[in-house]
Amino acid sequence: MQQIINFLIRYKIFLLYLFLLLISFIFTFQSHSYHQSKFLNSSNYISGSIYTFSDNITSYFGLREENNRLVEENKRLRDRLFNNILLEPSNIDSTTVDYEILRGRVINNSYADQRNYITINKGENDSIYQDMGVITDKGILGIVENTSDNFSTVQSILSDKSNINAKIKNSNHFGSLVWENTTDYNVVQLIDIPRLVPLTIGDTIVTGAMSSIFPEDIPIGTIKRFDLDNSKSFYFIDVELFNDMTNIGNIYIIKNLNRKEVLELEAETEANDQ
Amino acid sequence: MINSTSFLIVLRFILLVLLQVLVFNKLNFFGYINPLIYILFLYWYPIKQNRTTFIILCFFLGLFVDIFSDTLAINAAATVTIAYLRPTIMRFVFGVNYEFQSFKLNNSTKAQQFTFLALLIIIHHLVYFTLEIFSFSNSLLILQKTFVVSISTLILGMLFSTLFSSKKE
Repeated sequence: MQQIINFLIRYKIFLLYLFLLLISFIFTFQSHSYHQSKFLNSSNYISGSIYTFSDNITSYFGLREENNRLVEENKRLRDRLFNNILLEPSNIDSTTVDYEILRGRVINNSYADQRNYITINKGENDSIYQDMGVITDKGILGIVENTSDNFSTVQSILSDKSNINAKIKNSNHFGSLVWENTTDYNVVQLIDIPRLVPLTIGDTIVTGAMSSIFPEDIPIGTIKRFDLDNSKSFYFIDVELFNDMTNIGNIYIIKNLNRKEVLELEAETEANDQ
Repeated sequence: MINSTSFLIVLRFILLVLLQVLVFNKLNFFGYINPLIYILFLYWYPIKQNRTTFIILCFFLGLFVDIFSDTLAINAAATVTIAYLRPTIMRFVFGVNYEFQSFKLNNSTKAQQFTFLALLIIIHHLVYFTLEIFSFSNSLLILQKTFVVSISTLILGMLFSTLFSSKKE
């Protein structure tokens, strides 16, 4: 007994080190099982407030550019309005609406890591919950991962965990949007497109209909380069993003009102299968 | 005297975390170079202090930076590692000298200070990027990132330590 205690006292620093290292490893690897790292993210109160404070100061420097983007978007929407591309306004009531759009602002952005997260200034009080889609006026941005009362973190498409259904515009050939070359923050990769699909550099990539998070046809980017992958039966496509990931301010959060129903139905079908 | 030292340590802790998350995490020089300047906390920390407190403090230093930058607990793991290895590194750099009461960082040569800081940074960054990338098929990327970011942290760290060091007699 004496020896055990002596041992503990002698190596207490080392044991403390091991203990703390173990804790950090647990935090690090637990998060692989999705949303268990509930408090270790920047959507909590303290970091949210500090980021809001810093954003309040720095956002002034980009006001003119931000304004131009909003005017540009208004112009595009007006074009559609006057050309009657949208449905008649009378058709829109609460029974035919599938998506609800909420607005927010980015208060912290990263794009240099392997898994990038964006912190936004809307949270559960604004009815933001996990797995809602986040877009900008130019294109897709990511998916809400963690929420607190007033803030949320968004898993950026620049993350090696990100996997989003995408397709080539005006066709139904779909694949998965991933980020493999994790140093280039303006290029993501589209995989699993069969080789018989005709491709041209410059083709537009949009979100596909398979997702219960994003509506169909949200712009993502254009084809920059394509090649066959190792199996020689699928393409490996570099997609240049429409969004400048280093410069995002105002964002829209998409709430799919049918998501719960879709997921329940899918779960039920899978359960019946077994 | 004790109080002023602890006060200085706490102040340094808070300022370095804020500096790291509000300024250096947003630097993104060449797209991915973000110097991890908060390591200077370990460089400046008094030598004759309780090691247990030191390691625990460093763990929380890393954890706070982690919470702000959404990096799970990677910073905490890397920081606690160099906190544990610091006495070994110091013995290597300064010889047995550093265990004497009179030893001060400012009295050592510039080359020694540089080596000390460099070793801290390299070990920290190696652990950090290994955990971040966490697939050894990417070992080249680990080395590249460690190398480039280490250099940037080192340059900035030397600048800061020169800027804020107490005057030599």
